[in-house]
Amino acid sequence: MIHFENVGLRYGMGPEILRDLTFDIPRRSFQFLTGPSGAGKTTLLRLLFLSLQPTRGIIRSFDREVSSIPRDELPMLRRRIGIVFQDFRLLDHLTTYENVALPLRVRGKDESSYKADVLELLKWVGLGERINVLPPVLSGGEKQRAAIARALIDRPELLLADEPTGNVDPPMAQRLLSLFLELNRLGTAVVIATHDLSLMDQVEARRMILSQGRLDIYD
Amino acid sequence: MTEAPRETAQEAQGARRPEMKVRPTAPIVPPSNVSGNALMAVIAIMAFLACLTFGAVNMVRATASSWQSQISREITIQIKPDDAIDMEQALKDARDLALTFSGTRDGTIVDREATARLLEPWLGEGLNLDELPVPRLVIVTIDEQSPPDFTAMRKALSAKIPQAFLDDHRTWVDRLVAMARTTAFIGTGVLVLVFSAMVLTVVFATRGALSGNRHIVEVLHFVGAEAGFVASEFQKHFLKISLKGSIAGGALAALFFAVAGFWQGRSIATPQSDQATALFGSFSMGLTGYLGIAATIAVIALLTTLTARFTVMRTIHEIDQIRSDPSRTDQLPDT
Ligand SMILES: Nc1ncnc2c1ncn2[C@@H]1O[C@H](COP(=O)(O)OP(=O)(O)OP(=O)(O)O)[C@@H](O)[C@H]1O
Ligand SMILES: [Mg+2]
Repeated sequence: MIHFENVGLRYGMGPEILRDLTFDIPRRSFQFLTGPSGAGKTTLLRLLFLSLQPTRGIIRSFDREVSSIPRDELPMLRRRIGIVFQDFRLLDHLTTYENVALPLRVRGKDESSYKADVLELLKWVGLGERINVLPPVLSGGEKQRAAIARALIDRPELLLADEPTGNVDPPMAQRLLSLFLELNRLGTAVVIATHDLSLMDQVEARRMILSQGRLDIYD
Repeated sequence: MTEAPRETAQEAQGARRPEMKVRPTAPIVPPSNVSGNALMAVIAIMAFLACLTFGAVNMVRATASSWQSQISREITIQIKPDDAIDMEQALKDARDLALTFSGTRDGTIVDREATARLLEPWLGEGLNLDELPVPRLVIVTIDEQSPPDFTAMRKALSAKIPQAFLDDHRTWVDRLVAMARTTAFIGTGVLVLVFSAMVLTVVFATRGALSGNRHIVEVLHFVGAEAGFVASEFQKHFLKISLKGSIAGGALAALFFAVAGFWQGRSIATPQSDQATALFGSFSMGLTGYLGIAATIAVIALLTTLTARFTVMRTIHEIDQIRSDPSRTDQLPDT
């Protein structure tokens, strides 16, 4: 589904953060992306989301070469990818419900067509009682789940999650992991960036390990 | 078929769970995030100035054209005194000759008394015209729509009475036209300046609003929004702000003209108001004037909205470019 070939990236005049990455994210696959802090996990996720251009190399996304896609067609590709940030990026003036519904609103959908779905998903991630609350009031774990719900709401073909269990206790981490696995069973490819070894040990899954700009893959 | 029972079940569930109610969807860009008061004031002032300029140009043009039609409704034949001619006879001849041309309506000889009255301010009372070489006048009113052939008339006149001089007031009319044109030109210049200042202000305000709401732009990017969608979310506010501002400014200008007109009507025949009337014409704007103000308001609202949209689109593309280019680590607030 996504293919990287000899991709390299450096910020400004700095050192190469990523060097010669060549790998595939197959359809319906499930993988962890790990590596020490500052190894470039977030950077790699941003490349996968087509939000950042590589300094060199080729990225093919959904069978199209990214560098040849006109700028205004990129949002259409991004809509097939859901992303969860390390720092959530919820809008503080919108309620949990409105934040989670945002991707659908951006796609020009009518509220009546998605309201029930959004409420159902919120219940599923355990935020059924927090739908009308603004993010500043939510706990870290609740924000995390709201951010995850927002990434899932439009049933993406690929889910990118950056430290999705960074702010929750182990039982909740377990629940979120089963949510991702469930999603994967329904056909979404999942990439989870994490430091959490105990989380990775719970699932037999592909591991992509970034260190010093290189990527090692253990299937 | 299978959908129906599920739907009713869901409805029943919704009825049992009142906490599932959500508030009416809030705007993506909250109005309080776009600091609009200063911008609104600037737009109101610009709209006021624009309407004032428009009204002033309109007034001067109306006055000029009324003068013009008054002046061009008449021509004068001047006959210089000369011992060789009988003045009274010459005046009659000149009038009769002028009236033979089609396009003339009426001819009046300005008699001795009237001529004396005309000259009184300069030469004093009790004037004996016979002792002075004073030229005499015939005033001919003409049909403005199909004026007579002045060249032919001039030729015929000078053939018959060499001392006669035909004045069709062309010089004055030309000057009036030139003045009206200059005024319109200056007015247009002022309008262009006012509008450019406004466009620039809106550009700055829009860029300010965008950089102050950068986090919203980022979130919208990461949920797959297109530039056009983001632009319209911001543009909504600018339309509202500019409509409010320009309506306030336009209304103020209309009020100004109404009050000025009222003052002029009340104090008619006082020297100040006569002077003002002579200089600027009547302050009564008439329907066209007020329609013009309405049009100015619409133009301003449209102009600011378009400017805001254009600026948002450009800025979003800029932000996109900075975000996507790893070699630019300037001003990047990213993960
Ligand atoms: N926008 C940027 N401009 C310049 N340097 C950056 C930028 N973003 C990241 N970096 C640098 O790139 C390196 C990789 O950063 P990145 O955020 O991808 O690491 P990470 O693996 O996600 O780390 P963590 O596990 O702490 O989240 C870091 O050294 C960071 O300082
Ligand atoms: Mg990171």
